[in-house]
Amino acid sequence: MNYLPLTETDRQEMLADLGVKNFEDLIRVIPEKLRLKDLNLPSGTNELDLTRELRELSAGNQSTAQALSFLGGGYYEHFIPSIINHVISRSEFYTAYTPYQAEASQGTLQTIFEYQSMIAELTGMDISNASNYDGASATAEAALLALRHTGRNKVLVARTLHPEYRETIRTYCFGSHFDIVDVPFDAAGKLDQAALVSLLKDDVAALIVASPNFLGLVEDFEGVAKKVHDAGALFIMSVNPLSLGLFKSPGEWGADIAVGEGQSLGIPMSLGGPGLGFFAVKKELLRKIPGRLVGMTKDRNGHRCFALTLQAREQHIRREKAGSNICTNHALLALAASVYLAAMGKEGLRKVAEYNVRSSVYLREQLAKIKGFEVPFKGSVFNEFVLKSAKKSPTEIVQKLQAQNIFAGLELGEFYPELKDSLLVCATETKTKAELDRFIDAMRAVS
Amino acid sequence: MNQNVSLIFEKSRPGKRGFSIPEKHFSDLDVKALVEPNLLRKQSAELPSVSEPEIVRHFVTLSQKNFSVDTNFYPLGSCTMKYNPKLNEDVARFEGFAQLHPYQPEETIQGALNLMFDLEGALKEITGMDRFTLQPAAGAHGELAGMMLVKAYHDSRKDFKRTQVIVPDSSHGTNPASAALFGFSVVTVKSDERGRVNLAELKKLVGPETACLMLTNPNTLGLFEDEIQQIQKAVHDAGGLLYYDGANMNALLGLARPGDMGFDIVHLNLHKTFSTPHGGGGPGAGPVGVKERLVPFLPAPLVDKKDGKYVLNYDIPQSIGRLRSFYGNFGMLIRAYTFIRRHGREGLNQTSRDAILNANYVKKKVEKHFVVPHAEFCMHEFVAQAVKQNDLGVHATDIAKRLLDFGFHAPTIYFPLIVPEAMMIEPTESESKETLDKFVDAMNVIADEAVDFPDRLRQAPFTLIISRPDDVLAARQPVLTFKDYQAAEHLHLQNQPVGVPVHVE
Repeated sequence: MNYLPLTETDRQEMLADLGVKNFEDLIRVIPEKLRLKDLNLPSGTNELDLTRELRELSAGNQSTAQALSFLGGGYYEHFIPSIINHVISRSEFYTAYTPYQAEASQGTLQTIFEYQSMIAELTGMDISNASNYDGASATAEAALLALRHTGRNKVLVARTLHPEYRETIRTYCFGSHFDIVDVPFDAAGKLDQAALVSLLKDDVAALIVASPNFLGLVEDFEGVAKKVHDAGALFIMSVNPLSLGLFKSPGEWGADIAVGEGQSLGIPMSLGGPGLGFFAVKKELLRKIPGRLVGMTKDRNGHRCFALTLQAREQHIRREKAGSNICTNHALLALAASVYLAAMGKEGLRKVAEYNVRSSVYLREQLAKIKGFEVPFKGSVFNEFVLKSAKKSPTEIVQKLQAQNIFAGLELGEFYPELKDSLLVCATETKTKAELDRFIDAMRAVS
Repeated sequence: MNQNVSLIFEKSRPGKRGFSIPEKHFSDLDVKALVEPNLLRKQSAELPSVSEPEIVRHFVTLSQKNFSVDTNFYPLGSCTMKYNPKLNEDVARFEGFAQLHPYQPEETIQGALNLMFDLEGALKEITGMDRFTLQPAAGAHGELAGMMLVKAYHDSRKDFKRTQVIVPDSSHGTNPASAALFGFSVVTVKSDERGRVNLAELKKLVGPETACLMLTNPNTLGLFEDEIQQIQKAVHDAGGLLYYDGANMNALLGLARPGDMGFDIVHLNLHKTFSTPHGGGGPGAGPVGVKERLVPFLPAPLVDKKDGKYVLNYDIPQSIGRLRSFYGNFGMLIRAYTFIRRHGREGLNQTSRDAILNANYVKKKVEKHFVVPHAEFCMHEFVAQAVKQNDLGVHATDIAKRLLDFGFHAPTIYFPLIVPEAMMIEPTESESKETLDKFVDAMNVIADEAVDFPDRLRQAPFTLIISRPDDVLAARQPVLTFKDYQAAEHLHLQNQPVGVPVHVE
């Protein structure tokens, strides 16, 4: 095995050094009854044959590189600048671990510090942690933070928050006395403000909303933060960070916590993982934030440097008293996001966001003109929207377009029964006008 | 010596750009007319404006300020810092894997589901468990799933009194944190003088309130819990479950299986035993395996095979629910699967054999100078103590820092918590005898230095880009963003020695 440096001679010498005859003598401590005779697995495969086999297996998928995909719903096909893969392929980054030894990890530590800075900027928050696993688990941890912080037992969740995030919050709260209550959406597909007011009682720890919401709408949250704060609760926003190149940040809306999925920031979709959970808060919640934090400090010579800090919040110090159990996070994807944000900069990020808006609005308008389709929710969108099909079922549309190598969109019925006639359709900067027109023609043909 | 790299924000100049995107498409559409004006951002995010070559040099220069497995021996105990095969990286980047949307129709992701199905099969065989969920993103995430499974199982039997989770005092911090996060009360069982779970005490602790015992085997001292059969019986007789923290699975491939030891739930850290890279802190993957009686509670969806097709099975009525979006860290699953297939049965077994041999070899060679608390063969790692050195005013942390000067990453220090001045050393199977010999030489030189030049150790390291950071300052005056830094006068380098450049590219 070419990954194993010990030679047979090494092994024999080392065993002799240890004063034993064979390897078995080293593991006599394992009771005989528990010793495994052999693994029932095939023998190893050489690199060339395995590469061939796995390439063939990968070809058994129809990737979005081959198909024309209009799928969104929390994970998006975006342009990824070449430099990102080159940077995260530096094995000094990807084969290191959590920077416990600051002197030997300044590279990782500084990149995390820069990541924290950029996420704080983007979200309009004061502090970001070093990352969570994904948008869903970050949102669930935000709910737990609010429950702990307020000592209350109920969390209000907009029904337009990603259905899988809502399920994750429920799972995280399973077995507890915590109550997760959905806030419905109104006829415009937005947070039902009247319902919110009636639910916002003094047992509520937080309101969690999404922007853009799962129906693709960017909502106006003017006044929401005040209502939530007046009730003594926290305002949590789960956002698509790429949209923040153009749209108001959670900070501007008065949110206390901003979380979300950072996959849009230069991370390949990879069937839904690994992505990037981000978690940012206002200063007041500094000591409640889960996960790692990197701070700038001085070394003994007075030079600025970086180190993990405020570790007294964390599991390896506080054990059962820790606020979260997170240890391994998604640092390498945080690095990818940092490179993406550095490359895009303020201007590039706005331009990409605008491209998404233009693409999706164009597509929405053109599809709405086709007889048989309509757009039930008319509000502002970032890169996806709901398309209702009056005649053909979404399943039929999806199947017919799949035959033409097009992924038409996400069928909404399984998430929202009342939207069983609708698709969630997404168009990002990856689509040219010609591709949108090809899709529009295909849709016209099946309508 | 100071070779600080300026922050990316400090490299920003108006007019520079690092991006290239099509800008003419739909340029006839005015965005201001397409969205409600009140939704637009007023304060723009102050992201840096930097050109592409500068960005690349920035990050590549930073990468060189790291120790990593590819550049240094990295014996960080309990973390299994083994070689990360390059083939795994290439395969995970195959277009047919990397560019899959999670909501694509099942027929279009058969290859991916096939891989997940086969990976699950291999993990079942390796651990002796009946089914796995591949969903958890990390070990601690797997532990959380495990705690939920424990609760769901007892609840399904209307056994609502089981509120306690027992953990050894040597356990990983994530164990009690996961149990507590999920609302269990944590009961600690002491280790005995042999460094194992104190069986007599455990027997006193288990009872009708015991939900489960969380155990790492080999434990964090690198010792196999040789009374596992009796432990298993004690917990199961009391009606509790056994949870296996798979952080140390690298010791057991093809040698023994947690399933055969009686564990009901197992998590694996694919980023440890199965070589997916640690990424400077992640991503990892923490699949959770269970015995038959716990299968009904696994998170949905599971990957099943039906009529020759792979399907995502959401029909799990008693499922605890999902722990995250989508199906797991698929990119990591590809890497782990590739690792398993490259090794096969003999290779995996040799992996654990070499890991154990390397650990014992290093242990034997450092025993002269450092106390090793348990005089017996260890498994894949061991704990040494800087207690003799402590008497000289030198601590484990000083030895760790000095090791950096020799080009070795430090072991895990001050863990497990029950061992004073602990240095937990895990060489893994990826190191040659030559490297181990050099490491041993360094340890022994450092032991001599502790006697002759203790101050040298207290000042170490000397050869890295910084000396020891002021952790107290970092915590007292947190500077966590560039904006904080701009306002933090105490960090603005007024104390620079003359002639030392502050920022060097």
